[in-house]
Amino acid sequence: MASMSGARVLLACLHAQGVEHIFGYPGGAALPLYDALYDCRTIRHILVRHEQGAAHMADGYARASGKVGVCLATSGPGATNLVTGIANAYMDSVPVVAITGQVRTHVIGKDASQEADITGITAPITKHNYLVKDVEDIPRTVAEAFHIARTGRPGPVLIDMPMDVSLATMDWDPSSCPGDLDIPSYRPRTRGHEMQIRKAAEAIAAAERPVFYVGGGAIISGADAEVRELAERTNTLVATTLMGKGIIDETHRLSLGMLGMHGTAYANHAVHNCDLLISIGVRFDDRVTGRPDRFAPGAKVIHIDIDPAEIGKIRAPDVPIVGDVRTVLIELLKHVRPREWSDWDDQIVEWRENFPLVYPSDGRLYAEYVIEQLGSATGWNAVMATDVGQHQMWAAQYYRCRRPRQWITSGGLGTMGYGLPAAIGAQVACPDQRVLCLSGDGSFQMCTQELMTATVYKLPIIVAIINNRSLGMVRQWQELFYGERYSHVDLQSSPDFVRLVEAYGGAGFRATTPAEFDEAVRQALDVTDRPVVIDCVVPTAENVYPMIPAGQSVDQMRLRENLEELKASVDADSESWSFDDEDRVLEAYVTLKTTPEGD
Amino acid sequence: MGASLTPSVRTGDDQHVITVLVVNHPGVLARVAGLFARRGYNIESLTVSVTENPDVSRMTIVVCGDHLVLEQITKQLNKLIEVIRVVDYAETQAVERELALIKVNAEPRNRSEIMQIVEVFRARIIDMSDKTFVLEVTGSVDKLDKIAGLLAGYGIREMVRTGVIAMARGARTA
Repeated sequence: MASMSGARVLLACLHAQGVEHIFGYPGGAALPLYDALYDCRTIRHILVRHEQGAAHMADGYARASGKVGVCLATSGPGATNLVTGIANAYMDSVPVVAITGQVRTHVIGKDASQEADITGITAPITKHNYLVKDVEDIPRTVAEAFHIARTGRPGPVLIDMPMDVSLATMDWDPSSCPGDLDIPSYRPRTRGHEMQIRKAAEAIAAAERPVFYVGGGAIISGADAEVRELAERTNTLVATTLMGKGIIDETHRLSLGMLGMHGTAYANHAVHNCDLLISIGVRFDDRVTGRPDRFAPGAKVIHIDIDPAEIGKIRAPDVPIVGDVRTVLIELLKHVRPREWSDWDDQIVEWRENFPLVYPSDGRLYAEYVIEQLGSATGWNAVMATDVGQHQMWAAQYYRCRRPRQWITSGGLGTMGYGLPAAIGAQVACPDQRVLCLSGDGSFQMCTQELMTATVYKLPIIVAIINNRSLGMVRQWQELFYGERYSHVDLQSSPDFVRLVEAYGGAGFRATTPAEFDEAVRQALDVTDRPVVIDCVVPTAENVYPMIPAGQSVDQMRLRENLEELKASVDADSESWSFDDEDRVLEAYVTLKTTPEGD
Repeated sequence: MGASLTPSVRTGDDQHVITVLVVNHPGVLARVAGLFARRGYNIESLTVSVTENPDVSRMTIVVCGDHLVLEQITKQLNKLIEVIRVVDYAETQAVERELALIKVNAEPRNRSEIMQIVEVFRARIIDMSDKTFVLEVTGSVDKLDKIAGLLAGYGIREMVRTGVIAMARGARTA
């Protein structure tokens, strides 16, 4: 037993939870916590440039690693700057523990300097939060916070630490950190109902036109092997959500890519016409369903999710199964029999051939080209973090993920500014992997300052800015739905991104043609000790297709007007990628490990 | 959007009485009330008090909605870490009671009529002045609505109702 300050107890408890990194920014009410960090040898603190960056980094760290991400900020403005990042983690079910300093307990509620009611503010966007009022409560609170953040449907948990609680001392033995916790009012159900699982197997056996609809819940659960086994055994094609990318190798013959508003036409046709929708770790988001009553209208629905509140929230399933996806699928696989490839599956493949993803090759640089080249230059093995907007949807279409946790994007909240800090978090979590960030000229300017963080910590993230000098996605909607009244989407006057990144100590390139981009990527891959920004100058007037307008169904899907023409040009191009062309992909395999070490 | 404390105008919806057992922590009422507000559920009434176990508080919430809304409310409440149990009394036998205090105009010429009403409804007069009575009445929501309706003709100056509390009949507990 030793007498320790609350701040030191907190750090010891974080260490006991396996925390190795904290993304944070100091301030008045956090002074005791930062004083304890000064000589803390077990936890590495990453100093960010804005608290929002810290929250996104913790989020990116968690998504890339599967571990709990931790961010730290002071009271008041420090805490409120975390809010967007916390909301982002909440919407995408990311395990993050946010720690905030707070004013001393005796002045809480008295509008003290830098006071904000952060537990009140974050109640709707955290899985749970705590205001610690007694130093003796710290060990239990930290253990509960991590338990809640990472179990069940994961999510962010906030711990608010008043300054006097951090300064108070207690007699405490660090080896007495609470281990397995029992919170009587919190017991997520992980095992699916046996009878429902049998019913699901029967429904799969009886289906003539089955298709999988798999989302982020399957990634969180670590169910990639089970999903693949189930898909292969039943010879059934798999559409994934934006959050589900990577649950099955997108070069797999059974992958349909993403469904939904900007999903592939073939994934949407498959889901629309199926008679059994096997829904796994999904929540029937409006960006997927459009009009819920016209979504998979003739289908029976199996819905597997760990959150009971998602079952029946949008679509009443025929076979509801509450449980951890992987645990449920392991049970389900015991009952599922092989299925023959059928006319239905041929039909989907035909859709895939008739409505491919295509883009022009007219000598100009296009976002789609940037994404494909980034992918092939890194063996489709790099972690890809994106921002939000057109470039995000193009990345979702063209960045063919090969594994879970390779794809890091703000799905539910759609947070511009997420990409760069998320990439930093991912690079800290995975120092041996190549981390890419695809951003836009709008999004990038929302968290640009974190370039400094990447430089200071020598993180060789490659950021490609899809620079269309416009807020492209808003511009697209104004073009299509608001009579081309382009209201405040013009970003002609942006900084020179090349000189900007150089000012931050990184390397900058500009590409206006495919050849310039190829050269920029070649040089960027040689940089191993600082961030790289490639300013990719692309046409302004490009739209993301296919597109199902909001609130509508697949029969309103818009395709590229010149689809047939583009298909013809792609067919003529022998370099074009095919679904079986894995050798070329492997040939281009490049990671940081194979890159010569920089000094 | 938002939790409303005024009677629901969605007359087609069923009223449900749900009992929510929660860990007796500060802020738990705000979490529950906030959940109703941000998810757009209508609260007809909400009461909260201690129980036989000092660590547990009991909320009785009257909500409006069809069975799908009720199912979502129940599930979302259960997701709150401090919610121990949610019981929907819609389909079970429960006793429900509410208490009202009503300050009604009581001119000398009306007093005997009002006292008759008080007697019929087994209410009590707990305060009187030269111009008013304060009545205490306990019973079902319907009964309280009825006496309030009858007293309206004399002029209700002020009324306060506790909101419904409910308990399962027989040996069953929440």
